[in-house]
Amino acid sequence: MSTTPAVGAPPAGRRGAGTPHKDRPTRPVGRRLPLLLILPTLVLLVVALGYPIGWQLVTSFREFGLLQQFGAPPAWVGLDNYRSLVTDPELWQVVVRSLVFCVVTAVLTVLVGGALAILMNALDRLPRLILQVSLLLAWAMPVVASMTVWIWIVDWRRGLLNWLLTRVGVEAAQGHNWLSQPLSFLAVACVIVVWMSVPFVALSIYAGLTQVSAEVIEAATIDGASFLQRLRHIILPLIAPVLSIVILLQLIWDLRVFTQIKVLQDAGSVANETNLLGTYVYQLGTGKGDFGSASAVSVFMLVLTVALSWYYVRSLMKEDS
Amino acid sequence: MRRSRTSRTLLTVLALAVALLWAFPVYWMLNSAFLPNVVLQSTTPTFLPFGGSVDNFRVVVTDPAFVQALAVSLVVTLTTVVAALVVAFLGALAISRFRFRGRASFVVALLLIQMLPAEGLFIAQYKMMSSLGLLNRSLGLAVLYTAAVVPFTIWMLRGFVAGVPADLEEAAMVDGLSRTRAFLKITFPLLAPGLVASGVYAFLQAWNEFTVALVVMTEEQARTLPLWLRGFVQASASRETDWGQVMAASTLVALPVIVFFLIVQGRMSSGLVGGAVKG
Repeated sequence: MSTTPAVGAPPAGRRGAGTPHKDRPTRPVGRRLPLLLILPTLVLLVVALGYPIGWQLVTSFREFGLLQQFGAPPAWVGLDNYRSLVTDPELWQVVVRSLVFCVVTAVLTVLVGGALAILMNALDRLPRLILQVSLLLAWAMPVVASMTVWIWIVDWRRGLLNWLLTRVGVEAAQGHNWLSQPLSFLAVACVIVVWMSVPFVALSIYAGLTQVSAEVIEAATIDGASFLQRLRHIILPLIAPVLSIVILLQLIWDLRVFTQIKVLQDAGSVANETNLLGTYVYQLGTGKGDFGSASAVSVFMLVLTVALSWYYVRSLMKEDS
Repeated sequence: MRRSRTSRTLLTVLALAVALLWAFPVYWMLNSAFLPNVVLQSTTPTFLPFGGSVDNFRVVVTDPAFVQALAVSLVVTLTTVVAALVVAFLGALAISRFRFRGRASFVVALLLIQMLPAEGLFIAQYKMMSSLGLLNRSLGLAVLYTAAVVPFTIWMLRGFVAGVPADLEEAAMVDGLSRTRAFLKITFPLLAPGLVASGVYAFLQAWNEFTVALVVMTEEQARTLPLWLRGFVQASASRETDWGQVMAASTLVALPVIVFFLIVQGRMSSGLVGGAVKG
């Protein structure tokens, strides 16, 4: 599908490039060349993302349930899907749960990641290298593989966590199933997501910290600034750009968390009480076959993400120009 | 900065403790993968894989379901890598070598698209694939993956393309090479590291992806490796699990990823945070 335009592009491109070639060997080469170069990208994105987004938008204004799956024409229902969602207490629970999960996880990630970055900055070379390699290992783990390990660790029968807790005297931990209660389920999910996300945050902030000149810090120390004062008045302002991007990315990523929740649910929990936005849409769409509502929630997620991403995209654009 | 010896020792100890904590799940996976089920089922955990064997790996590798999932994953991943590199390379060339009308909007669109959550799209992608008859087909999944990785791949590659001075190419053209030959002889070899890094990025994304695969690969024979791994978790909900085998399976899926990841990590994170780090 994507190969057609790529194959078609070169001859036309060469034609465009050939004519002005003699008198002007450099750019501008035919005006059409750059457009031909981005054509494959455009076709691919329109087909694989643009069309689904459009379909989703349209379907979110339609009645599209099981009947329509079997051929009944989807009727226009205007804002009905949105209306019934907004008045649906379950959706609100999911939205609130997702937002709380997202904020708590992102804040924890950035706090831990920031602390580790400061630690790395203060370390000698060898221990720093060991810490970095260890973080990279955790970062490199494929999500599903990490999930199987963590599920094995928190397994209620033979898991390491319960053994450890029992050893230190928490008798109640023996045979306790952490995934069966919504709150402890989400706490487990939060720990796992923090574990996965901290390496990126820590290493990014550390990269920012290495740009802070040691002389400035030393001067401030000599002038009698305490660690907290140095952190607040010198380090934080200097690493503010990287910090804000990292926080933003964590918020966006933790809002869309799906794999971790889905796989934890598979390990045995009540899906209805642990759903976040992603798994909720999945359940609406593939479970109940209610594509109209699923599309409406998806549109909501997309709008939220685009709004959150705007600042990030702008800051990247600055770098581009 | 000078610090007293005790505070340095304390920091080192703290760092080693954190390092241990963070790498532990990875270690636990490896450790359990080598231990027989009898040992894992005992009430006290075994922390070192002494007396272990590769039996778990042998069982997993000879499982036809694994071989099938591996084949699907390989086809989907390799198709994605090749397609993404071709498409993204052309796109990167356009945005780093030419100033054309619509360039800025194109770049903004790329960056925004790169942020779109698969979870906000997969229902529609499922419907599209099912109406095209591409459900459970490697080609269909590869197209979705390619579209998902191309924006960031262009963004990553554009730095490499811009890093190769156009003057060099022009000098070669003055020396009598055609534009195409100048490009192939001069620019392309210089781009190799960028292409490798971007290719590995596409590989990691496609190899690890779970969400979209879960939705469009509904049949057992069409499962990718992550979906196959998830099958173990589902089974563990209802009956006693042979965790040694699950961990061996996870290790097999994770191993190529860890190796490749360590190669490109620097490139990827600098692409994500961009100029913010350089200050």
